[in-house]
Amino acid sequence: MSGGVKLILIVISAVFVNNYVLSQFLGICPFLGVSKKVDTAIGMGLAVVFVMALASVVTYLIQYAILDKFNLGYLQTIVFILVIAALVQFVEMFLQKASPTLYQSLGVYLPLITTNCAVLGVAITNIDRGYNLIETFFNGVGGALGFTLAIVIFAGVRERLELSDIPECLRGFPIAMISAGLMALSFLGFQGLIKL
Amino acid sequence: MKKFIATIKNGILTENPTFRLVLGTCPTLAVTTSAINGVGMGLSTMAVLICSNLFISLLRNIIPSKVRIPCFVVVIATFVTIVQMLLEAYVPSLHKSLGLYIPLIVVNCIILGRAEAYASKNSALLSVADGIGMGIGFTLALTIMGSIREILGAGSIFGINILGASYKPVLIMILAPGAFFVYGGLIGLLNKIQEKAAVK
Repeated sequence: MSGGVKLILIVISAVFVNNYVLSQFLGICPFLGVSKKVDTAIGMGLAVVFVMALASVVTYLIQYAILDKFNLGYLQTIVFILVIAALVQFVEMFLQKASPTLYQSLGVYLPLITTNCAVLGVAITNIDRGYNLIETFFNGVGGALGFTLAIVIFAGVRERLELSDIPECLRGFPIAMISAGLMALSFLGFQGLIKL
Repeated sequence: MKKFIATIKNGILTENPTFRLVLGTCPTLAVTTSAINGVGMGLSTMAVLICSNLFISLLRNIIPSKVRIPCFVVVIATFVTIVQMLLEAYVPSLHKSLGLYIPLIVVNCIILGRAEAYASKNSALLSVADGIGMGIGFTLALTIMGSIREILGAGSIFGINILGASYKPVLIMILAPGAFFVYGGLIGLLNKIQEKAAVK
């Protein structure tokens, strides 16, 4: 299939069919932690898009230019996570200068993007699937967009849940999980849409 | 000695990483499609947790505070790589079913969380105890979740068919939504039990 079509399919797959949060269970911690308000969710989502796009490209380059060249494949996990940690640090400093309000509202969850399974997950998936540089970039952006979609929808749901009457034992985390399950159920409807 | 046992008990019950601290949710939801996967992931994570807790505790006075998180991450990533290779060599079927989630152990919030909250502030012996306790707690939680999802979703447990051929499996349980439902349901159940106990 032609390059352009494949790119679109990669993005659709990452956002809907194999949504990073609702289907692959990556990025659950920030999904639960930052989804209490829609504005914070959008901010977090955008930060993740930036980090994931950058991380995908950088880890791709490192894998093929350094790790494979010198037969250091086994260092993949260590090198990738260090690259991601450095990138997040960089984004943190950038946000502090560019948008202090967003920086404040994201709080402790910004450095936690480092431990966001989605970032490391997409980096490893890109290599495993043998994507080229452009496909890697699109997969990174697509995955992050899927994460953002999930987190923003979920924030909307949770804002409403705050006002609902929920049994004591289900309040907070359990009802959030069950709601997420219902969202995952609806996204299951996209299964079989594309075969990549 | 008493403190050793108490620390282990703490990780299994009072501060169970999955049901109380709600850490490490990604692997909890992702690999509990069957009981054996749950056990495998739990034990792998426990191995990394014990080793990283031990090393970080031993090095706690040498690592400068400003760079402690990257240092912890390197230590943890090293052990994850070792576990990865051991699994690939000795249990290739488990390695295949756990897939992407093995290298993702490195971002498992439990390991970094315990390194920061416990191992960097306590003795080596107690850190190992904490690793053992949290590891057992995590493995138990994963096994329980895996078993529930496997029984409902495939009618078997540990691969042994127990519900017979006439049971129509609830496929949703092994798919993504099932994970969320079982996890939320279990925590809700535990909250209810705690509520009842508190009232008494």
